[in-house]
Amino acid sequence: MLKDEDRIFQNLYNDKGSDFVSSKKRGDWTNTKDLISKGRDWIINEVKASELRGRGGAGFPTGLKWSFAPKEVGSRPHYLVINGDESEPGTCKDRDILRFEPHKLIEGCLIAAYAVQAHVCYIYIRGEYFIDGEKLQLAIDEAYEKNLIGKNASEIGWDLDIYIHYGAGAYICGEETALLESIEGKKGQPRLKPPFPALIGLYGCPTIINNVETIAVIPTILRKGGKWFASLGKAKNTGTKIFCISGNVNNPCNVEEEMSISLKELIEVHAGGVIGGWDNLQAVIPGGSSMPLIPQKTCETLTMDFDSLVAEKSGLGTAGIVVINKDQDIIKCMARIARFYKHESCGQCTPCREGTGWMWRMLERMANGEASRDEVDMLGDVTTQIAGHTICAFGEGSSWPVQGLLRHFKKEIEDRNNLNPTIKKIKEIPYLVDQHLLDKKNA
Amino acid sequence: MSIRRPSKEQPGTFEFNLASLEAAKSIVVKYPKGKQESAVMALLYIAQKQNSNWIPLAAMKCIGKFLDMPYIKVYEVATFYTMYNLAPVGKHFIQVCTTTPCMIRGAYKLVEACKEKISENENELSKDLSCSWMEVECLGACVNAPMMQINDDYYEDLDKEKTLKILDIILSGETPKPGSYRGRINNEPENNRKTLMDLKNA
Repeated sequence: MLKDEDRIFQNLYNDKGSDFVSSKKRGDWTNTKDLISKGRDWIINEVKASELRGRGGAGFPTGLKWSFAPKEVGSRPHYLVINGDESEPGTCKDRDILRFEPHKLIEGCLIAAYAVQAHVCYIYIRGEYFIDGEKLQLAIDEAYEKNLIGKNASEIGWDLDIYIHYGAGAYICGEETALLESIEGKKGQPRLKPPFPALIGLYGCPTIINNVETIAVIPTILRKGGKWFASLGKAKNTGTKIFCISGNVNNPCNVEEEMSISLKELIEVHAGGVIGGWDNLQAVIPGGSSMPLIPQKTCETLTMDFDSLVAEKSGLGTAGIVVINKDQDIIKCMARIARFYKHESCGQCTPCREGTGWMWRMLERMANGEASRDEVDMLGDVTTQIAGHTICAFGEGSSWPVQGLLRHFKKEIEDRNNLNPTIKKIKEIPYLVDQHLLDKKNA
Repeated sequence: MSIRRPSKEQPGTFEFNLASLEAAKSIVVKYPKGKQESAVMALLYIAQKQNSNWIPLAAMKCIGKFLDMPYIKVYEVATFYTMYNLAPVGKHFIQVCTTTPCMIRGAYKLVEACKEKISENENELSKDLSCSWMEVECLGACVNAPMMQINDDYYEDLDKEKTLKILDIILSGETPKPGSYRGRINNEPENNRKTLMDLKNA
């Protein structure tokens, strides 16, 4: 288990209060000026040395991302945007940072903004987190008052303004270009890449977008050194990470742990074990609902980091672990996730807009045992027609969980749905009915 | 995508009141000159707050004029994002999360409770016209599942009994205490804490 002094988020459970005075006692804002006066290159190199990978799901190296920002500010100003649109089912880590460690985030914003030469930083928070956003606003006000940000912030000769922008209940705005569209006051529909936001982003200006957790760990990395961070975890998967363990466990919780910790340790030690014992475990979704589930036999030995999960054809994503035990109907669980994606598709690309609905309706029928035998393969076919055929990664995100279900639980689906439509017409299968008419009226 | 329709009954006019106007002006200055359209989302919230928790079409026109942008662009935004209510909802607006992490911990029991206490169907006002409820997608409090949101506040670690009690308090016109209903502190592992021990109760 990680030693307590190596934990970055000392106030994860709000034992100490989130205001400036108690944050400073924990080390925030103690030598910000010294750190920044070492210069941009030092900051970026130190972040590169730490091998920090973005905590928002894709795991892109943060230092590398920062180095994509133009070296000289041209006619267009640079922007820093923080992604706090945390909506991935199973994930609730950013909320704790916003409400309990806001000063880590603000200090991180200042350092990152200086490193990428931005004078304005927007923090995009999902609309549902209004109360938590207010807490962050209080901390921002405190920071302005103490001149930690604002004109000549922290006496480093750099101006920085931080503004909060609230979302309004659209999961897709967690996608970075959709988030930019949303800040510009439009529908949150992703843009084509390239051009990448680092060159043409918010208002057409160079923009660096990072997750809340990524930015909040930056000050500690600089204070303790990139080497310290890189010494935790394993190569290319370094540092600490907040894991959210939810679902059928005895003590669901958020906990900060070392990367590459074993999944079994997380569940058994921190979350108090699976309800009904380890043998009652059915499957685990390892990184938020977009990531394919992992069956019990793999969970025994699995370590939680980007690369080992990719080797299991899944992903670390946001590290939102959803534990599903044998009391649950796994097909129903996935059908509910499919409904989530059907609801949240932005509607821009046809394969996703239509396909997410198809997947949901097929899975609902399969959960009830009303699908025909050939539909199981048809479902797999639909997923491959969505993934890779859309502007943003939502296509993959919505079809991977279904593919994971088909990979590991195909037998369960087939046992329940062995209707053969060519032999006996037992049930009307609504292949040809306009499926939108079957939707809930109020949906 | 979700289907969203504006209410059939619409008020004829909408004007920002003084407090809303102040708030709106303070939002617009957050964005660069000429990019005032960025404020549209915040202004829709302000309009929603002023107009008892829903946005009439007249408000969208008013915001369009205020920000010097076409009405249809405001309409697009208002109909895209699900937190803008396009039809009247209760003064106490209850949103029950039923996405998988909440579902497997019994979120549909909460829905049952809402059906018993408030109304048989979603988006339907209760008998005393003060409450309405709906199922929503993940609210981002998965380790506190099952949970629901009433107006801005989160109510966490619920079960059917506790939900019934909360709804009773709401229906009697008072505001119940938000947060965990199993008495645990925020997101810590209940009675099983293994980390940050020296700080606990410090």
